[in-house]
Amino acid sequence: MTRAEIAWAEAMKYENRHDPYPFFDQLRETPVVRVSENTYVVTGYRELLALAHDPRISSDLSRSPIGGQGAEAEAQPGTADLDGYGHDASIIVSDPPDHDRGRRQLMRHFGPPHSPDVIPNMEPDIQRLCTELLDKVKAKAENRFDVVDEYAYPVPVAVICKILGVPPEDEPTFHAWIHDFMAGTDLGPDAATVEGQARARKRVDSTAALAQYMSDLINRYLKEPGEGLLSKLVNDSDGPDGAMSPKEAAANGILLLVAGHDSTVNTISNCVMTFLRNLGTLERLRDKPELIPRAIEEVQRLQSAVQFFPSYSATADIEIAGTVIPKGCAVHLMYSAANRDPARFTNPNQFDPERPDNEHFGWGSGIHVCIGGPLARLEVNIALENFLRRVENPLLVVDPPPYRQSQVFRGPAHLLIEFDRISG
Amino acid sequence: MTAASLVADLVAAFKAQGRIVIVGASLAGLRAAEALRDKGFTGSLTLIGKEVHEPYDRPPLSKQVLKGWVPADHTKLPRMRAVDADWRLGVAATGLDRANREVLLANGDKVPYDRLLIATGTRARPWFNAEEAKLEGLFTLRTSDDAAALQAALHADPGRVLIVGSGFIGSEMASVCCELGLPVTVAERGDAPLVGALGGVIGEIAAQMQRAAGVDLRTGVAVEALEGDAEGHVRRACLSDGTTLDVDVVVPSLGSIRNIEWLEGAQLATGFWGLACDAGCRAFDINGVVTDTIFVAGDVARAPHVLYEYEFLSLEHWDNAVSGAQVAANNMVSLETDRCPHLPLPSFWSAQFGVNIKGVGVCSFGDEIVFTQGSVEDRRFAAAYGHRGRIVGAVTFDHGKWLEYYGALIEQSAPFPPPPPGFDQPADTEPIPARFPDPRVPTALPDVVLTGHDPTSRGAEFRP
Repeated sequence: MTRAEIAWAEAMKYENRHDPYPFFDQLRETPVVRVSENTYVVTGYRELLALAHDPRISSDLSRSPIGGQGAEAEAQPGTADLDGYGHDASIIVSDPPDHDRGRRQLMRHFGPPHSPDVIPNMEPDIQRLCTELLDKVKAKAENRFDVVDEYAYPVPVAVICKILGVPPEDEPTFHAWIHDFMAGTDLGPDAATVEGQARARKRVDSTAALAQYMSDLINRYLKEPGEGLLSKLVNDSDGPDGAMSPKEAAANGILLLVAGHDSTVNTISNCVMTFLRNLGTLERLRDKPELIPRAIEEVQRLQSAVQFFPSYSATADIEIAGTVIPKGCAVHLMYSAANRDPARFTNPNQFDPERPDNEHFGWGSGIHVCIGGPLARLEVNIALENFLRRVENPLLVVDPPPYRQSQVFRGPAHLLIEFDRISG
Repeated sequence: MTAASLVADLVAAFKAQGRIVIVGASLAGLRAAEALRDKGFTGSLTLIGKEVHEPYDRPPLSKQVLKGWVPADHTKLPRMRAVDADWRLGVAATGLDRANREVLLANGDKVPYDRLLIATGTRARPWFNAEEAKLEGLFTLRTSDDAAALQAALHADPGRVLIVGSGFIGSEMASVCCELGLPVTVAERGDAPLVGALGGVIGEIAAQMQRAAGVDLRTGVAVEALEGDAEGHVRRACLSDGTTLDVDVVVPSLGSIRNIEWLEGAQLATGFWGLACDAGCRAFDINGVVTDTIFVAGDVARAPHVLYEYEFLSLEHWDNAVSGAQVAANNMVSLETDRCPHLPLPSFWSAQFGVNIKGVGVCSFGDEIVFTQGSVEDRRFAAAYGHRGRIVGAVTFDHGKWLEYYGALIEQSAPFPPPPPGFDQPADTEPIPARFPDPRVPTALPDVVLTGHDPTSRGAEFRP
């Protein structure tokens, strides 16, 4: 194995999930480097920026060796059927013009100019949820709680259910499916283990169940229109692009349901963890709450809730930074690694909530940049404002915390903290 | 004492005790003032602005303000930091005394400087006939006061609006008129809208957009005369094709004039296209000798550009004002080895007829164009401009997310045409002539112009 192949394997191993960054640093010695016969990894900031905007880089999974097409996928255990995000292609695994049309159809019911109020209107709900969740912790009369399960998870999942029109009582069911889907998508050496193979098998069933669930929900809305984005997506044909086909709506519904809360959970947890790791941060943010949005961006740079999205591949031989990526190879744009490129960010491993010119890739880059960014920012801001205001003297109990399996959607599985009391 | 420490002391002393004067208190002036303070300049700082308003943003004036979404006095520029400065607003600079290092003001004051930044920008080119220019209902658009007056006129239920000239601003105003449901005629001397900035191929698409939106677009015609009623309000326009139009509002949008008259007699390299400076923002004198104390930024500057065969580039773009101001500020308080160049990759944007137009590079430097992504028919596409086998510019219609790619190609002088994309290829991918008008054909002046190699005004030529 080459040095890069070893570094890549280490970065993907579960045992290094709490800190893959030293391996990213090794990979970055060659900013665009081959890590397997048909996979290249991009860890340099400049190079990632260029490739994220290069129209020779496709997001169409069916064109990628990762996409589960034929024998190549078999050679990469665990990576088959990554498009479990839906059986018809969702926008994140599509190219223009289909991608652009789909994104316009979604945005029509999610943001300006047609629906400018959808996200801002969620603010009272988010405030109420944060208040209730901290009240609940307070009522337990204990001095510790799990930030992930008791705070970071319930807020975004309730919000995305309301926006989409997914019945909140279905949450326990789809929560388990999504967990299996995430855990079973393994791009590293753990996929070949007995446990890894078991996770991959479980993933297949759960992904199918999730797809069936979403497709049933869409069909219900087709028969009986209701509140929320999903219903509007398939019923509103007034827009310039018409209504979305039920199949595509199901694929994108799964994408929005999963991405619409999962990475927000990670971001809230990552923020709390980072603030508690860096002494003085809590006081600083309490004194100057206007720094909270910048602090969130800095955490997103450092911990990138979506580390990369393995859908990209080269449609032509592309020469960049002394490397030629051959046509047909998968290209992993490692947002998390580029976010710590010392050529772009001074003291890249240091948390600096007042970092100037912090144009990081924590929300992606190019046409696939996070569609839910404005919603996530609102949720994370409100969650942190409430946390900072009410949780007195919080401390991390276990550091590093246990991590979730996924390399892509990286975040703590649990984040236990101790505190003196919850005020208010 | 070593030479190095002596020099360091000099720089430190200047930063603490120097006197810097900025003439022009708009985008470039404000950002330069902020950058100076960022760079540790704690000496005295004076900003002189002809308008009484605090620095404000101009791009919204022809869009959101005219539309009525935002009041004209609500586009103040955000402040990046506190700037401790002596603001002299509402008083124009009228002269420059280089021998005594003083700026002369309209009220008779003299403001001494050690370093001077000239950021006086441009003004709207007025209607050519001074008598007709006095008619009520005739507007130009450059300042927020202009925008307030025009906005009021457009919302007073006028009859036909006539826009003379269809560069970016003229086209944006026509778009707003359509959105407001006003009948609007656009008279353009060239073959199509945007033709000076983007050429005839794109101009044709822009013309289709205007007509589809209901604009009465008339190309190849000039407005020769305006006639008023007894009250002195404009009511009729006479066109060069012999036709007349009944109009209530007329907006000449014929490009801009550099504000350099106040520098007359200062022996600086001023001319039609502005004040020439080197790539470090230092002004040239009339003989092409670079000055030590006078710097230039923003629309009034004209500087040689490495990407465009070192021709002097005149650039009326928002981000050019910002980056020019920052470079000028740095170089005003730095000695030779700490100075940096201002070599912007030009970039621009416009919002009109529901389409977001964005571009990079100097499109008009190209003679060929190729559609690279998307669909011309749907007005969602990217196109690249080539000159002698290399890419020099790119424009996108609702495809702005790809500009990063084209910008990088332009910076590398990459081959033209660029390699085909892996998806969403246009129907026709052959390069064709870009059809820029002959520079001698009169049209609205484009906002990016290459003006030859001569730093003095004598050699500055019009070369789109």
